Amino acid sequence: MSQSYRIEGKGRIDRSKPIRFTWNGRSYQGYQGDTLASALLANGVRLVGRSFKYHRPRGIMTAGSEEPNAVVQLEEGARTEPNTRATMAELYDGLTANAQNCWPSVEFDVGALNAKLSRFFPAGFYYKTFMWPAALWEPLYEKIIRRAAGMGESPEEIDPDSYAQHFAHCDVLIAGGGPAGLSAALAAGRTGARVILADEGAEFGGSLLADTVEIAGKPAADWIAETVAELTAMPEVTLLPRTTVSAYYDHNFLTLTERVTDHMGPRADDSVPRQRFWKVRAKQTILAQGAIERPLLFADNDRPGVMLASAARTYINRYGVLPGREIVVFTGNDSAYPAALDAKAAGARVEIVDLRTDPKGPLVDHARAQGIEIHAGCGITGTRGTKALHGCDVAPLSEDGKSLADEPFSIGCDCIAVAGGWNPTVHLHSQARGKLSWDDTKQCFVPGYCQWPTRSAGAGNGTFDLAGCLDEGLKAGAAAAHEAGFGKGAAPEAPAVELSEEGPARQVWIVPSDVPLGHGKKHFHDHQNDVTAADIHLAAREGYVSVEHLKRYTTTGMGTDQGKTSNVNALAVMADIRNARIPEVGTTTFRPPYVPTTFGAIGGQNRRHLFLQERTTPMHAAHVANGAVFEDVGDWKRPWYFPRDGEDMHEAVQRECRQARETCGLLDASTLGKIDIQGPDAAWFLNMMYTNKWDTLAVGKGRYGVMLNEHGMVIDDGVTTRLAENHFHMTTTTGGAARVLGMLEEWLQTEWPERQVYCTSVTEQWAVCTITGPNAKALMADLTDDIDVDPANFPFLAYRTGTVAGAPARVYRISFTGDLAYEVNVPARHGLAVWTTILERGRKHGLVQYGTETMHVLRAEKGFIIVGQDTDGTVTPMDLGMNWIVSKKKDDFIGKRSHSRSDTAREGRKQLVGIMTEDPNVVLPEGAHLVNQPGKPPIAMEGHVTSSYMSPNVGRSIALGLIKGGRDRIGDTLHAPMMDGKTVHKVTLTEPVFFDKEGKRTNG
Amino acid sequence: MTKYSIFSLIRNALSYHENWQKAWRSPDPKPAYDVVIVGGGGHGLATAYYLAKECGITNVAVIEKGWLGGGNTGRNTTIVRSNYLWDESAALYDHAIKLWETMSQDLNYNVMFSQRGLLHLAHNVHDMQEIGRRGHAIKLNGIDSEFLSPAQVKEMVPIINLNCRYPVMGALLQRRGGTARHDAVAWGYARACDAMGVDIIQNCAVTGFEIEDGTVKAVETTRGRIGAGKVGVVTAGHSSVMAEMAGFRMPLESFPLQAFVSEPLKPVIDCVIMSNAIHAYISQSDKGELVIGGSGDPYISYSQRGSFDQVEHVAGPVLELYPVFSRVRMMRQWGGITDVTVDRSPILTKTPVGNMYFNCGWGTGGFKATPGSGHVFAHSIAKGEMHPIAAPFSMDRFNTGALIDEAAAAAVAH
Repeated sequence: MSQSYRIEGKGRIDRSKPIRFTWNGRSYQGYQGDTLASALLANGVRLVGRSFKYHRPRGIMTAGSEEPNAVVQLEEGARTEPNTRATMAELYDGLTANAQNCWPSVEFDVGALNAKLSRFFPAGFYYKTFMWPAALWEPLYEKIIRRAAGMGESPEEIDPDSYAQHFAHCDVLIAGGGPAGLSAALAAGRTGARVILADEGAEFGGSLLADTVEIAGKPAADWIAETVAELTAMPEVTLLPRTTVSAYYDHNFLTLTERVTDHMGPRADDSVPRQRFWKVRAKQTILAQGAIERPLLFADNDRPGVMLASAARTYINRYGVLPGREIVVFTGNDSAYPAALDAKAAGARVEIVDLRTDPKGPLVDHARAQGIEIHAGCGITGTRGTKALHGCDVAPLSEDGKSLADEPFSIGCDCIAVAGGWNPTVHLHSQARGKLSWDDTKQCFVPGYCQWPTRSAGAGNGTFDLAGCLDEGLKAGAAAAHEAGFGKGAAPEAPAVELSEEGPARQVWIVPSDVPLGHGKKHFHDHQNDVTAADIHLAAREGYVSVEHLKRYTTTGMGTDQGKTSNVNALAVMADIRNARIPEVGTTTFRPPYVPTTFGAIGGQNRRHLFLQERTTPMHAAHVANGAVFEDVGDWKRPWYFPRDGEDMHEAVQRECRQARETCGLLDASTLGKIDIQGPDAAWFLNMMYTNKWDTLAVGKGRYGVMLNEHGMVIDDGVTTRLAENHFHMTTTTGGAARVLGMLEEWLQTEWPERQVYCTSVTEQWAVCTITGPNAKALMADLTDDIDVDPANFPFLAYRTGTVAGAPARVYRISFTGDLAYEVNVPARHGLAVWTTILERGRKHGLVQYGTETMHVLRAEKGFIIVGQDTDGTVTPMDLGMNWIVSKKKDDFIGKRSHSRSDTAREGRKQLVGIMTEDPNVVLPEGAHLVNQPGKPPIAMEGHVTSSYMSPNVGRSIALGLIKGGRDRIGDTLHAPMMDGKTVHKVTLTEPVFFDKEGKRTNG
Repeated sequence: MTKYSIFSLIRNALSYHENWQKAWRSPDPKPAYDVVIVGGGGHGLATAYYLAKECGITNVAVIEKGWLGGGNTGRNTTIVRSNYLWDESAALYDHAIKLWETMSQDLNYNVMFSQRGLLHLAHNVHDMQEIGRRGHAIKLNGIDSEFLSPAQVKEMVPIINLNCRYPVMGALLQRRGGTARHDAVAWGYARACDAMGVDIIQNCAVTGFEIEDGTVKAVETTRGRIGAGKVGVVTAGHSSVMAEMAGFRMPLESFPLQAFVSEPLKPVIDCVIMSNAIHAYISQSDKGELVIGGSGDPYISYSQRGSFDQVEHVAGPVLELYPVFSRVRMMRQWGGITDVTVDRSPILTKTPVGNMYFNCGWGTGGFKATPGSGHVFAHSIAKGEMHPIAAPFSMDRFNTGALIDEAAAAAVAH
């Protein structure tokens, strides 16, 4: 039955290009220009999926992105993709798709048992049960619920495709390329404005692609072609087919998702991205997304074969597919009559069930003239067929539309085309926080006021006739361009359109059936989530009346279609129950995106190595060559340790630690934050930012400082050197560099804008080689001719300039090891050469290169803190035993005031102490807590271990910790219980200096 | 109140579900109540519930300016955990978890509390130190905590990419952590409150407080004056607005925080996974959506929506940790307003106004505390003295400096 539903000579498909595709493991044929949905219909495939809750058989309901039923698993393997709308998936050669949410197959689905038991599963049933016995909730009940969860399946492999992001600015962004959007683009484009026109579909034209109307005396297709040709020729106009305007944020910032290659299928060529995510700032927007037809709520309205009348017409005229051979058009308005006429002309047997008691007008006359039987004043009261529709029951309705006026009669049919009116697509307008108003005549929400420069045009604005769409589009385009500074605002004249007049509509929100609502038959409004009118009655009965409660309790509108076909119908049912008008019920919030967007597209290029770029120092290549193991410190890759043959981390670190103290060591300290501070108020500024005094610092000298937050807690530290009277070089912790600069700027810009201080980050301008140890002086002497490196003449914390290893250098006598040390700063471009030279010349001095772990051990041996490890934002300088660094003379500095707060000034705060285990071989885990007496939790904790290492130079394990009242408890014994709940280590509190307690080694 | 059970469900099925009663009444406000709770979110309703159930105070109204649970209760990512560092926090949040464990039965409303386990990933040495410290502290506070190796993480989350930008070095697991159905919490409390005589009054916005001699006497609302013996204000992002009406300042900043869901997928993530270094947290709902959260928007606002940059800032980390989601689609983004304190800990407090109590400042992490917060707040209001678990969270701590600095401890929003 290959493509037995094709209509000879109809459609925009290319019959010269047949395409093979596979559906549920069976091979079929379609044509270039088909969607998966149209190709399946052409082959007579009706059953395409199962609903979420009841696993009811479902067919294709729409021809657009609003599709709730026909969501499929596209492709297999690495390119598999869940929940793809068959109505949007363009056919390509070799396309493979499978039905979702069914097992073992869509034809025979075990889950359909749920449908038999549906009576026991009304909205929110799960809130009322699965509670007894409580012990069964997780092992049994929730397992069952979770097994039923979800629609499609997540890919399990890495996506081979790439994605891109693109920024753009334009004068006028137009969402939707139907008659109104094309007209708008034409009018705006002719003014010379920069225009972006985006449309979801593969072709521009929107509803015209399915229409048989003539524009300016020619087929609509000709008008589309001419318009697109004119727009293409305009250099300032960007045409984006297959592009959904997905979100509208503040200040006219919109995002668009362009499906660049999805229609080609899996490709070997990845030189173009699969999807491109546009971030557009538009001066003006025109929203011309058209309208979505409303389904009718009638009994068992979900059989495969029930579809929107507009979709039926699209399949006939655009794709050349007859959606059924016996079609019943069920409508309350004239807009479905052209579908009936087209179906009839294409050879289907057509009958019309019209809710109106006396439909009249040219379209109705035309239908009658074509021999189409019209059952006026009737409604469909039930349908027959499970996996495919085969008939429906029709009965005359009472005057109020709430009951049947007579017995139902049957009509055989394999398709019901429903037409319940139209909902303008107001999603983007609403995302932009535009207001909606209810139009009583048109029975729909239309856009109202919006604070951003936007306008709606065409069906999306509630203007449903073609002449109106063209006219409104042209006017909107001209006006938007004018407001963006182009043209005079006068719209070109709209082309002539011959239209049949439409008669008034009759709206019956719930079509009655022969049994009361909810008694056996189901009036579905949300087809994907299986929510029925009876569910809304239940929600209302139980008090879930607020529209948000209604949605959340029944799950209506929460599927992948986000209620595009269901929301207004749900509101209408609630309005009916409450005896209120629909706008009084209100709407739920429209949230981005308009249609779901792949994470891949949103992430764009920011993936893999571009996710967060790695920062490396100028010496990185040498570290790699020397076999360093790296540690992530902030965004930096720092050498952690340099293992030699067969060494593990412990062995390498022990060797590095020992050798650095015995001979000399070399550390890459380039990652330390460096901030150049200049200006007449620089010293005053440092006085405010640090706790100690800076105005007294001599030029050429450095000083250690700690920086506090407003709570008086330590947040950073480092040595800052006075290079000149008004020029300082500040160093910060590696991780704190950006935060500190931000804080400096915040104070300068918000509190002291009158002060003349200028801060510049120079972290990456300087490469820093730290040379430490007893042989440091001799090695330095080998590296420089013009600096006297003798500590007697180059004292601790002094600073010299000169040439080191052939490069211009600033040398600081700073020590983070407690040993004699020189920090050699050279311009970054010399870093690698200087590092290599130091390594070479250091060989004879016993130089060892060491990483961050050894740096940590060496400083812990001396009790030097690391901010962020030994402090956590709750520690004052006094808690660290650093009262000496807090000036008593200064009037003010940041954090000073807080030191007088009662809790900050109290006794017994946690203080920094040393911790020695009873067993010198035990290295406590960092983070372990100390207790007075071990016991069963919960147990009072005295503080925790902040740093802990095996120290080869002390010859045992050492640790630092923050312990309550610790300074007064030196010598006390405490206990460290381990995570296993059994082991407890006995420890003694000590002074936090373990090595060279007298500090003799600083000057060699 | 009709008891919900499988039997009532079957019985009602036979009558086409036409005989279910309202879950709660919608009464007009009475002239006065013993206690008026302002704010019909989870915390406010839980407060009313425990006032009625445990404190013998049933002449209570919960007034809500919109719909119940319409604030952060219905907007969060539904995560429940108690693995907090500081003793004060651990006590409060674990008190809550214990109440979560029996909530469905207590309320006779299935809130689908699901202890699926919650992982905190560590991606660098600093993270390892942080979870090391927190893990030990939690354990000694008598709360479950385990360290996992990267291999164990992979076993729990097969789709995770351990070797991401900052490779996974380990994780802290709380098995009792998990998720719950957020709306059901509000509805379940409302129904149980109503059954005990509490009036749930929706669409009733506070316009002012009537204060005499420094003591609150009534709440002025869009539905008229409501006399109040005591007032408990539980209004999250709008707490500082309420405080201003009452004539004092509440040290809060209100930031939007966004959340995201994907299209529904068959189950692929079974636990909750949080990561600070690759900043995103993720779980999968019982409906199949991936529920994703990230950082707050970096500006102060009362607008319950988010900007685009956070969408992007969440997509990157999600793809870095779970690259298989590249072809999965994001279905919806939304935002709530979080009331953030300087130490990222909540405020449960008496105020400068007599008989007026505030419960706020839960920031980005209030949902998990809902029952515990309501419980200790109810007892505090009933007794006129802060419950011992609530006492450290008094607003006085901003004067004394006795902060409970979870932000400093974890160096990240939680």
